Amino acid sequence: MAKVTIDGHLMDVPDGTTILNAARMMAEQHPELSANVPPAMCYYSKLEGSGGKCRTCLVQVTKGSEKDPRPMPKLVASCRTTVMDGMEVQNKLSAQVQDARKGVVEFLLLNHPLDCPVCDQAGECHLQDLGYEHGSQNTRYEFKRRTFEVEDIGDKVKLHMNRCILCYRCVFTANQITEGRVHGIINRGDHAEISTYIHQSIDNDFSGNVIDVCPVGALTDKTFRFKSRVWNTNPYNAHRECTNPKCKGHVVLWMAGNDILRVTARKDQWGEVESFICNECRFDKKSLGDWIVEGPRKIDRHSVISGGHYNSLSDKKVLTKSTTFAVMEGSRKD
Amino acid sequence: MKFNETELKEVERLVSRYPADRQKSALIPVLHLAQVANGNWLDAETMDYVASLLKITNIEVYEVASFYSMFNLKPVGKYLFEVCQTGPCNIQGAKDIIAYIEKKLGVKEGEVTSDGLFSFKRVECLGACGYAPMLQLGEHFKEHLTPEKIDAIVDEHRMKAGL
Amino acid sequence: MSRKLLLDKAHIAGIETFEVYRKEGGYRAAEKALKSMTPDEITEEVKKSGLRGRGGAGFPTGMKWSFLAKPEGVPRYLVCNADESEPGTFKDRFLMEKIPHLLVEGLIVSSFALGANTAYIYIRGEYAWIVHILEKAIAEAKNNGFLGKNILGTGFDLEIYVQRGAGAYICGEETALLESLEGKRGNPRIKPPFPAVKGLYDCPTVVNNVESIAASVPIINMTGDEYAKIGLGRSTGTKLISASGNINKPGVYEIVLGLSVEEFLMSDEYCGGMKNGKKLKACVPGGSSVPILPHDLLFKTANGETRLMTYESLSDGGFATGSMLGSGGFIVYDEDQCIVENTYNFTRFYRHESCGQCSPCREGTGWMEKLLWRLENGQGKIEDIDLLWDIQRKIEGNTICPLGDAASWPVAAAIRHFREEFEWHVTHPKEAMERNYGLRKNIYVAPTPAGA
Repeated sequence: MAKVTIDGHLMDVPDGTTILNAARMMAEQHPELSANVPPAMCYYSKLEGSGGKCRTCLVQVTKGSEKDPRPMPKLVASCRTTVMDGMEVQNKLSAQVQDARKGVVEFLLLNHPLDCPVCDQAGECHLQDLGYEHGSQNTRYEFKRRTFEVEDIGDKVKLHMNRCILCYRCVFTANQITEGRVHGIINRGDHAEISTYIHQSIDNDFSGNVIDVCPVGALTDKTFRFKSRVWNTNPYNAHRECTNPKCKGHVVLWMAGNDILRVTARKDQWGEVESFICNECRFDKKSLGDWIVEGPRKIDRHSVISGGHYNSLSDKKVLTKSTTFAVMEGSRKD
Repeated sequence: MKFNETELKEVERLVSRYPADRQKSALIPVLHLAQVANGNWLDAETMDYVASLLKITNIEVYEVASFYSMFNLKPVGKYLFEVCQTGPCNIQGAKDIIAYIEKKLGVKEGEVTSDGLFSFKRVECLGACGYAPMLQLGEHFKEHLTPEKIDAIVDEHRMKAGL
Repeated sequence: MSRKLLLDKAHIAGIETFEVYRKEGGYRAAEKALKSMTPDEITEEVKKSGLRGRGGAGFPTGMKWSFLAKPEGVPRYLVCNADESEPGTFKDRFLMEKIPHLLVEGLIVSSFALGANTAYIYIRGEYAWIVHILEKAIAEAKNNGFLGKNILGTGFDLEIYVQRGAGAYICGEETALLESLEGKRGNPRIKPPFPAVKGLYDCPTVVNNVESIAASVPIINMTGDEYAKIGLGRSTGTKLISASGNINKPGVYEIVLGLSVEEFLMSDEYCGGMKNGKKLKACVPGGSSVPILPHDLLFKTANGETRLMTYESLSDGGFATGSMLGSGGFIVYDEDQCIVENTYNFTRFYRHESCGQCSPCREGTGWMEKLLWRLENGQGKIEDIDLLWDIQRKIEGNTICPLGDAASWPVAAAIRHFREEFEWHVTHPKEAMERNYGLRKNIYVAPTPAGA
């Protein structure tokens, strides 16, 4: 076990835990510390090798360890830095971290199309949340935004490269969850893009999971395209006996009345899929008779989806988790 | 494009330089070989062939080929002038040389002359800063460039191609 | 104080062949190391020599070697970084072209010290013809019993392979280089783990620059203590400097560290002074990523001391008034050169070479390039200068690998020392398109000591 202090809160965590996961553990034990968890746009605990790229989770290590108390010279990616016994970390308390994070958010939004009004991810988009929490009101970028040619990757998944933040999660997913990756990152630098290169469709049993791991609206569900804003749908936990041995069939149904508009995997408090689901469950089972519905799903992370209504900036602090749930319950009567 | 026997031997030699199951290490050298064999560029078919030789997936080849600037993913001239435009070359006349090449060949950057022989592109530092301005042509550097030298290079390669 | 340890024989006809190299005393260090020294003794000599990594970072080579993990039954690798792509740098190319056996011998000595039985030379793809030169030298060394199985009857096996890159500056970063050597995109790895623990094929690996590896030969021949006597203070030995720009004699020079910058630039033995009798405007002394120094801070430090070609003296004053020795890419600018254009040019380079993996570098370099283009082309605004400053500040230190810093430092230094020229581009857009600004007007004056 290692003792780690994050923003003044001390906790014992198993050796080998990253700073980010230590912060998440703290928040799981003490929900009031949720706001202290560094945001993560590329790290995904279920995907080996993910993380380190987006730089939103940078933190300051003010004390390296009991043995070697020297502070680390640069900010570190909390998702890829392992805690040492006696380590002291600053996240919210560090002005340097907040400044750097604001910079990262600005970089991520620089070439982002900001087409939220027509984006299916709006309302459950991590980039929206990040911008809401750490971004500026204005942009300082006065140039034409970068655009990519549209690539058709099949009838199930829609690729909007202009929205991509190159988190690589979908590549790791294809490598680790599906059989045979056909898409990847091609080209270099600010021209890098997700592509299959020769415009083939991404098609295998688990390919739909790239939609769930995508933090933005770069990969969305074509079967749900423009059907509804997510906050106008009602999420229900449901399951079915899935014949695919790798799929548990535990899903969320996003309903309007008795219509299933969309099926996704269930996501935990950190926005990560609890267990990956197969394409049959996701795309083909759209009638209520296919599913055993367990009950309404509690959504507590996202700023917009949580209340079924928009919150102004000034209300932001007032909206607590419990009120969020109550409001949502109240507004989601069919 | 398929490799001939000599080229296949070379692939074998390249692969043998790495531990077992690490044949992907040969990808960049084999792509160089394939690019030469395929007329100075890599099409999807050629890349898929390389993937099959090295027993890796096609996308692994595309990812790599599109990352490195020496791989041409679109057709180029038989003779490609890659002219350095970075700092030290820039202050020693690279812009004038590029303008001269453009005029001499009568094509814009990325286009190929109608005889299919020449094209040029501006590239970043090639490690010849003390011998600027310079360009790369195939496996060799042409340094201390002047308009006269460009004329001579173009003539020499027209001759080589039998024109 | 001129003395050569690496290129002393480079001018001899036929030195690129085994026969001549051997006749001139070559492979003595390899014999001495393999036959009469233990690996630890070799590492100790390199430590004593004070040799610092010649690729740019200047990290002590012997120390790097001693960090190499040595678990039982796991192969270890030595990888020679011949990716040389920092603008202004072309020294390794010169060494490999002229005297390839020096590198091969250095690889034998270093591999033996590290317990590596396979060494790869990763050479930038554009140096295509040097691949043949090196492969010929390797074959000759092998034919003469210096490579292969049971070298010189010592039981030590070594194979050296030359791997060609394909055009990517980022592959000079050691973990990107390893990725590339594994046949992947040159995306730098997130550290830790460091290559010394988990490098090529997840095995312990040392990555050293060509010149560092070559330097192990004279170190073994003359002993580390003797090598350490050459040079000045912690800048021991000799260093290859690539000189380019508006000078009379561009080229590669081996200097004894401690030479004054003024002598290096002005004397006929080295750069031979400014070309066409022009005035010196600025100098980038260590490759494009290091801070540019205006003429008034090049020959003397801010304290008025003579600026020397050493790691310490070139960085004297920190980034406020100093720079870095870096890779030794010495680029000289005369009064006719435009700092805004040069900064734009370098920034375009870094944008082009960014791997695109992490957001500050991928997005920030392109933004800076666009702002600099606008300033250079008479369309800039005064606020752009502060914005550039803020962008570079938010890239620096916040990226996975040092490319972010390398892209930030030239912008920061140019604004720091040449702000008046940037502002002039905004206030005199038409004029700026027609002529250059010339030397900076606000010559550096050391602050008066307090109480004086």
